[in-house]
Amino acid sequence: MHLTDSREISADRQTVWAALLSADVLKECVPGCQEMTGSPEDGFEATVVQKVGPVKATFKGAVKVSDVVEGDSLTLTGEGKGGAAGFAKGGAKVSLEDLPEGGTKLIYDVEAKVGGKLAQLGSRIIDGFAKKMADQFFERFQQVVEGPAEVGEDAVEGEDGDKKGWLKKVFSS
Amino acid sequence: MPKDHGIGASSKRREDVRFLTGEGNYTDDINIAGQTYVHFLRSDVAHGTITNIDSSAAEAMDGVLRVFTAKDFEAVGGIPCGWQVTDKFGEPMQEPKHPVLAEGKVRYVGDPIAAVVAETPELARDAAEAIVVDIDELPAVVDMKAALTDGATKVHDDLTSNLCYDWGFVEENKAAVDDAIANAAHVTTLELVNNRLVANPMEPRVAIGDYSRGTDDYTLYTTSQNPHVIRLLMGAFVLGIPEHKLRVVAPDVGGGFGTKIFHYAEEAFVTFAAKAVNRPVKWTSSRSEAFISDAHGRDHVTKIELALDKDNNFTALRCETYANMGAYLSTFAPSVPTWLHGTLLAGNYTTPLVYTNVKAVFTNTVPVDAYRGAGRPEATFQLERVVDKAARELGVDPTELRRQNFIKPDQFPYDTPVAVTYDTGNYHATLDKALEMSDYANFDKRVAESKSRGKLRGLGVAHFIEACGIAPSNLVGQLGARAGLYESATVRVNATGSISVLTGSHSHGQGHETTFPQVIAEMIGIDESQIDIVHGDTSKTPMGMGTYGSRSIAVGGSAMVRAAEKVINKAKKIAAHLMEASEADIELADGQFTVAGTDKSVAWGDVTLAAYVPHNYPLEDIEPGLEETAFYDPSNFTYPSGAYFCEVEVDPETGEVDVLGFTAADDFGTVINPMIVEGQVHGGVAQGIGQALLENCSYDDNGQLLSGSYMDYAMPRASDLPSFDVDHSCQTPCTHNPLGVKGCGEAGAIGSPPALVNGVIDALHRGGYPVEHINMPLSPSRVWEAIQSMK
Repeated sequence: MHLTDSREISADRQTVWAALLSADVLKECVPGCQEMTGSPEDGFEATVVQKVGPVKATFKGAVKVSDVVEGDSLTLTGEGKGGAAGFAKGGAKVSLEDLPEGGTKLIYDVEAKVGGKLAQLGSRIIDGFAKKMADQFFERFQQVVEGPAEVGEDAVEGEDGDKKGWLKKVFSS
Repeated sequence: MPKDHGIGASSKRREDVRFLTGEGNYTDDINIAGQTYVHFLRSDVAHGTITNIDSSAAEAMDGVLRVFTAKDFEAVGGIPCGWQVTDKFGEPMQEPKHPVLAEGKVRYVGDPIAAVVAETPELARDAAEAIVVDIDELPAVVDMKAALTDGATKVHDDLTSNLCYDWGFVEENKAAVDDAIANAAHVTTLELVNNRLVANPMEPRVAIGDYSRGTDDYTLYTTSQNPHVIRLLMGAFVLGIPEHKLRVVAPDVGGGFGTKIFHYAEEAFVTFAAKAVNRPVKWTSSRSEAFISDAHGRDHVTKIELALDKDNNFTALRCETYANMGAYLSTFAPSVPTWLHGTLLAGNYTTPLVYTNVKAVFTNTVPVDAYRGAGRPEATFQLERVVDKAARELGVDPTELRRQNFIKPDQFPYDTPVAVTYDTGNYHATLDKALEMSDYANFDKRVAESKSRGKLRGLGVAHFIEACGIAPSNLVGQLGARAGLYESATVRVNATGSISVLTGSHSHGQGHETTFPQVIAEMIGIDESQIDIVHGDTSKTPMGMGTYGSRSIAVGGSAMVRAAEKVINKAKKIAAHLMEASEADIELADGQFTVAGTDKSVAWGDVTLAAYVPHNYPLEDIEPGLEETAFYDPSNFTYPSGAYFCEVEVDPETGEVDVLGFTAADDFGTVINPMIVEGQVHGGVAQGIGQALLENCSYDDNGQLLSGSYMDYAMPRASDLPSFDVDHSCQTPCTHNPLGVKGCGEAGAIGSPPALVNGVIDALHRGGYPVEHINMPLSPSRVWEAIQSMK
């Protein structure tokens, strides 16, 4: 399974880059992520709960960051073991480009593989599932990096406001 | 009037009473006091090196007795292969070790790595999840041709390549075949795939090991087609247990289709572990597990060429096949693409020159072995497809091209160029019968009717010949079998005249419990209800080789007849004594012994009672008792044959194939029970249509099984099938067994796939889409794509 897509993010390249390398941001963005610890240098450890078709499993695995070209591109590769459910592994090549009118274009090229019961039971739905996972990840990533929507309801504003504060905290540390 | 008992009667299947009322006793119904449960941790990658197994957390869990890995089996042999093929250079095949649990490497998704024995199945499963296995994944070998290229990753590091063997047959004919094809008036060539299948018996595999410390006796309960073979293979080659200390029981078995012939690692494991934990150990396969641990079937990739002279006579046939062995050699795997395939390529025809080359290939997939028909469906499919294509290319009626090239009735016994001698047959008769049954003469009218509804109608024709009653031991020994293939029976007459027949044959759907008594009832003239069949327990039945290759009645039934003849001869001696007559004058009919030409008679029951209460008995001449055993080893295979016609309708808009009618005109020789024979043909045809239309076992490039559940593996359902039109009135009895029987278990699965595919190709041609071939299964998308490719 292989897919390529891109997103335009209203944030400068440095902010986007820093978010890509943050365990907290990754935790926020990986769908079903329960835990994410570690650093870009040593790699991240993650626990993700996901349901693929009929198979629900807790995946424990490692995410590695490689091919780092500072501020420009990197590769995220991960493998999650889901016990009896089998395994999922994949990689995303991510590169950043400045947009002429400001902001950053994030281009991703995702490759995913599943094995064991996941492949045995879920092969027909795995392509759609992987696309959904990738879309959700970058959707959330965009939200987290861009912060609150420009116009929003009060309740949402409050939540986003918290998030913005949290993001600032992440980036200032 | 049809007979209501004995040979030829449609006696109702007595075993169905218990099967249909939930009173069957299947292996999973057996529970032994103190029983534990095993769960196998199986590889979820197709190929890799095991770098570490940490089972400490699993071992610490409550209710876990022990975790086993390969190191526990260091002193134990590997799972043996029962057939050695010699390649075309005279060298033995490459034969890798097949450990009980994966040693150092995993080689297919499903390869067992570790086994947890626990108090409950749930605990065993949970504990297996707690085992941490580190595997360095290696590239998976999936495609057979890629597996044979230089530098391909090897499935087994200690073998020289992924080639198991390169077999040529008949090697001495190769040059002559090449020459005939080079100089033929016409050559028809076809490349095709015989799709990989999963057998899917209704009952998944189960095994229970039991060990008695007091007596050092082992018992294995298992879902097997041949308990004595399992006892021999597992006892002698894997665990080193002598036969007298090992009992193997295969009770009611819910379908086998070949995949329950083989000796599996799980059987050896539960037997071994029962002693190690000193408790009975039970394993019950889940359906998901069956997909990745039961041996698969078929999986051949073939190029076939048929040469014809200017008068459309077949002059030569050349076949090149790649046969998938999977990751390890299953029990009979090497024999399937060779001796069960190459020897059948003469088919029903007088083709004087035949050459087959088979390359058997190791891949990172589940082992592949015999599945209903085993080699013969592959031979029949390619041969009947290429004959059909030749008829189309030459513009002749496919039935006429076949008829012209048939072996004629007066040519039997017929020596084929592929080492077998057909004893009897009449292919013209079955063809004529099928033409009549299928209303072939009016087919064009039906084509027009379909056309008026926008549908394309086609009629597919296929003939088949199979070598059944798999035996003769001296012949199969020369061909590489590491076992004899006789059969045994004991006829045990009880004091009051009822009879227990102990057979080495095994019934897992065939109906032995009904048909075998019909034969004895016919011979003695007593009621079938007085006769019971005992099978499936090595402690009860004499050493026998089990059931596969449509051999039960032809070989096992013949052994029973021989034993019954011995019983009758002895009973006549007793009767002669009782009636003070000469033994030569004693006749047996309708359960009465009479002295020829007199009104003196004595009943069967009086004689049997005398045998066990020998107060008035010729003790100086014969022993008391009435029980005889016979071992029967025939001099040849049997050769059932038939003509199968399949009428289909294709929707050109969707590519959907509707099977409208199916005609099977078979020659099975003598028929013991017509209703059971008809049922066997129905089941076989349903499986063959399943292969041709629906079923496909599919792996991705990483060796992951994609069709691993019924969501993706399509089994045939009643609604996919027409009402079958079955006949077996064309009978040329087998000349070398006492019943004249040939066997009928596999015929339907052998003859039906080419009939269906030929029918669809015929429909497309008639509809203006000259498609040469579509690989099975003929799913709507494949048929639709073929139609589009012609637009």
